[in-house]
Amino acid sequence: MDKILDIKDLHVSFVTYGGEVQAVRGVNLELYKGETLAIVGESGCGKSVTANSIMKLIPSPPGKIKHGSIHFKGKDMTKLSNKEVRKIRGVDISMIFQDPMTALNPTLTIGDQLTEGIKQHRKISAKQANHHAIDMLKLVGIPNPDERMKQYPHQFSGGMRQRIVIAMALICEPELLIADEPTTALDVTIQAQILQLFQKIQRETGVSIILITHDLGIVAKVANRIAVMYAGKVIETGTRQEIFYHPNHPYTQGLLNSVPRLDQKGERLIPIDGTPPDLFAPPEGCPFTARCPKAMEVCSRIYPFQTELSQTHAVECWLQDERAKKYIASS
Amino acid sequence: MLPAAREKETHHHEVPDEWFKPKEKDEQQAESVVRPSLSYWQDAWRRLKKNKLAMSGFFFLVFLGIMAVFGPILSPHSVSEQVLSNQNQSPSVTHWFGTDDLGRDVFTRTWYGARISLFVGLMAAFIDFFIGVTYGGISGYKGGRTDNVMMRIIEILYGLPYLLVVILLLVVMGPSLLTIIIALTVTGWVGMARIVRGQVLQIKHNEFVLASQSFGAKTKRIIRKNLLPNTMGPIIVQMTLTVPTAIFAEAFLSFLGLGIQSPFASWGVMANDALGTILSGHWWRLFFPAFFISATMFAFNVLGDGLQDALDPKLRR
Amino acid sequence: MAKYIIKRFALMVITVLIIATLTFFLMNLLPGSPLNEERSTNEAVQQNLEAHFNLDEPLIVQYVLYLKSIATLDFGPSIKQPTETVNSLLSRGFPISAELGIWTILTAVISGIALGVFAALKHNGLIDYIAMTVAVLGISVPNFVLATLLIQELAVNRDFFPAATWSSPAHMVLPILALATGPMAIIARLTRSSMLETLTQDYIKTARAKGLSPVKVIIKHALRNALMPVVTILGTLMAGILTGTFVIEKIFAIPGMGKYFVDSINQRDYPVIMGTTVFYSAFLVFMLFLVDIAYGLLDPRIKLHDEGGG
Repeated sequence: MDKILDIKDLHVSFVTYGGEVQAVRGVNLELYKGETLAIVGESGCGKSVTANSIMKLIPSPPGKIKHGSIHFKGKDMTKLSNKEVRKIRGVDISMIFQDPMTALNPTLTIGDQLTEGIKQHRKISAKQANHHAIDMLKLVGIPNPDERMKQYPHQFSGGMRQRIVIAMALICEPELLIADEPTTALDVTIQAQILQLFQKIQRETGVSIILITHDLGIVAKVANRIAVMYAGKVIETGTRQEIFYHPNHPYTQGLLNSVPRLDQKGERLIPIDGTPPDLFAPPEGCPFTARCPKAMEVCSRIYPFQTELSQTHAVECWLQDERAKKYIASS
Repeated sequence: MLPAAREKETHHHEVPDEWFKPKEKDEQQAESVVRPSLSYWQDAWRRLKKNKLAMSGFFFLVFLGIMAVFGPILSPHSVSEQVLSNQNQSPSVTHWFGTDDLGRDVFTRTWYGARISLFVGLMAAFIDFFIGVTYGGISGYKGGRTDNVMMRIIEILYGLPYLLVVILLLVVMGPSLLTIIIALTVTGWVGMARIVRGQVLQIKHNEFVLASQSFGAKTKRIIRKNLLPNTMGPIIVQMTLTVPTAIFAEAFLSFLGLGIQSPFASWGVMANDALGTILSGHWWRLFFPAFFISATMFAFNVLGDGLQDALDPKLRR
Repeated sequence: MAKYIIKRFALMVITVLIIATLTFFLMNLLPGSPLNEERSTNEAVQQNLEAHFNLDEPLIVQYVLYLKSIATLDFGPSIKQPTETVNSLLSRGFPISAELGIWTILTAVISGIALGVFAALKHNGLIDYIAMTVAVLGISVPNFVLATLLIQELAVNRDFFPAATWSSPAHMVLPILALATGPMAIIARLTRSSMLETLTQDYIKTARAKGLSPVKVIIKHALRNALMPVVTILGTLMAGILTGTFVIEKIFAIPGMGKYFVDSINQRDYPVIMGTTVFYSAFLVFMLFLVDIAYGLLDPRIKLHDEGGG
């Protein structure tokens, strides 16, 4: 499989009145052609910032990529000029944002918003662009696409708008689609339809998808691999099976215990106590220590190194250390 | 397949064994990571203090208030004392801001003018406040048909050209301190009423009010803790902007000969009397009243902007 | 849309009716006004008054006839100049005032928007700081002071522009500058804050994610939405500019409607004050009506709002 995206030791900070917020603190991620990677975590864990950084869409100032590299098909995005990045945006990488109600410009027609990207990047006539846009609307399942091209966003329902947003993202046939909480603002039934649409699109176009979400139910349906983020770090990565059936990090375990699961009936849901740490002054050791049910002295002092559990499964936790296992076994 | 694991640093192995004992779960620890929370007003004040422009406006207005009270005492000349041999004197040791065409001391008159201009502005703001809060409060609180009728009335009043109505009233009533304040407030309160109604409506059905009611909070507490901070913000901002608008309107009326007349004079009247004389070089007669009108407007505007930023909970970061 | 226009139109008619009623009763009921007692010494004037206001009829009939005369655009006589009527003053003065007003609005809107957009794009930068200080200063200085300063500096001290009257383009520069500064400042501030808010919207992020150039994102996606609030205050600004013309025309000796109005106030020429006030009000309310319609055309969401019964 071809690796199309490789993020290494990414650090992103926001400089605000109160000081520097270290939103992303050394993230490593990679993505292969045709797969879906889910980035999971609570709000504020840095998952959206990571995604926005890939296309250099973090607002700057105050945001800044402090360190690290983002290689997309061999090119380091962090080193490209703004003009070069614009040639990639919308063409090779597309992005879908959380709220379909606000992601479309209320004063422009759907047709105009659909075609402006392709008109910008390819030398095609207005008629061809329209034709292409109508094909896209058909692909995402909008009925009567010809008429609807002339309508405004407020004339569509939330689910329809999200379909349009997806059509807009796919119009230049990108290789990577980043979807930031694409179903959070939608009804549950619509959510399912949109997820099916993602799967269909992936089958038909072979696009790689990065799915950002806090909803493990979505992840279980569509993700091939999962990266769990906490306080600006990826604390566990693995395939869907590995994360769901063999979670090793106490935070991942906590997340799974806090959502209802169809395969484990009758078990109580256990919320994770407390709140994530303040990223103005991130703790020295593991950021989850204060909320961790298995915390040890070492956790609050030194950040744990990465342990590879399999070819695809890795975790950053002191519980993997032999000495910790010894104590647990003895107690 | 995986991102290269970081090289295991040697000090990881120098970690003492006992650090790997499971910790006793400390209940307080999870709580301690929360930042200390500030009350609404503390937070607003903290934000306002950081806004240097708004604070300079605030201090200028404090200075102005003090001078309006004590300024005339500093000068040996009374406000209406006319010394005809002293006509149109430029600023000097005896007359700090010079004299006007009747030989009156401009320094003393400027601070008397401050009293009148500030009085007009503040009275207009307070009357707007009382009518607006009452009207808007009732309209928003009652809702339904009452609200509908009351809002229709407001919609119509809002369409009336403000200054034309003021001119008309003053032409009929004749200009005086009282009539000017009446004329300025006859339709002036409409803006405030709209804001108050909007706020009341928004908050009446807000979840946090329902939430605190369901927790059994007393009505007084709900009003103090929830309703007041959230409605007071926009109201205070509106009031800070009404004062300069009224002062400005009074200056405009002075130009039409509908300003407050002697023996005292507002800044607007003083500036207007001076308009014709500037060509003969008596710049101080226009400069001082015009400067204080502009500076007061400026101060209220930047303070109002600062308050808006500081008090708007939606923009809180 | 039709329903929306009809509703606005009805509101407009009611507002003009209220102004007309207010002026009529204020003039009739309050002591000292020429309509409730015979005060004029001039025979011709008295005849004009009686003819126009039907003073020998009962009050209610006077009122109805007065409304009728306004509906037929007859705004009444002058008592200080027996040969003049409000209509004759209007036909002479209004075109000049309109010319001043249109140039002022164009100047204020174009420069205000440019200043506001520029300030928003350089948010918290030096340019933003300077632009907004200039804008607040523009709001803070009364236009009669600004006009006097402009005459003093640019016409008297340095002979750049003529100081008064309205006879050539050069004559127009100072009055337009004096009148446009305030509205320009208001537009600049509003544009800036609205632009800043628009720039944080998701559809701006979407547009950037499509790979559009910054210029295109700003002009096509941000500006149009950011300018909606500016359109809504245009009506209020026109009212401000209109009352501003009273001052500016008087100071620059421009023979427009505003100058006649100020003169009529100074001379207590009550019928002219009444007639002009009603005319001005009707004009302004009509402008507000046009602005509302324009807004409805610019914002596609308004139509839906209307269908929803709002």
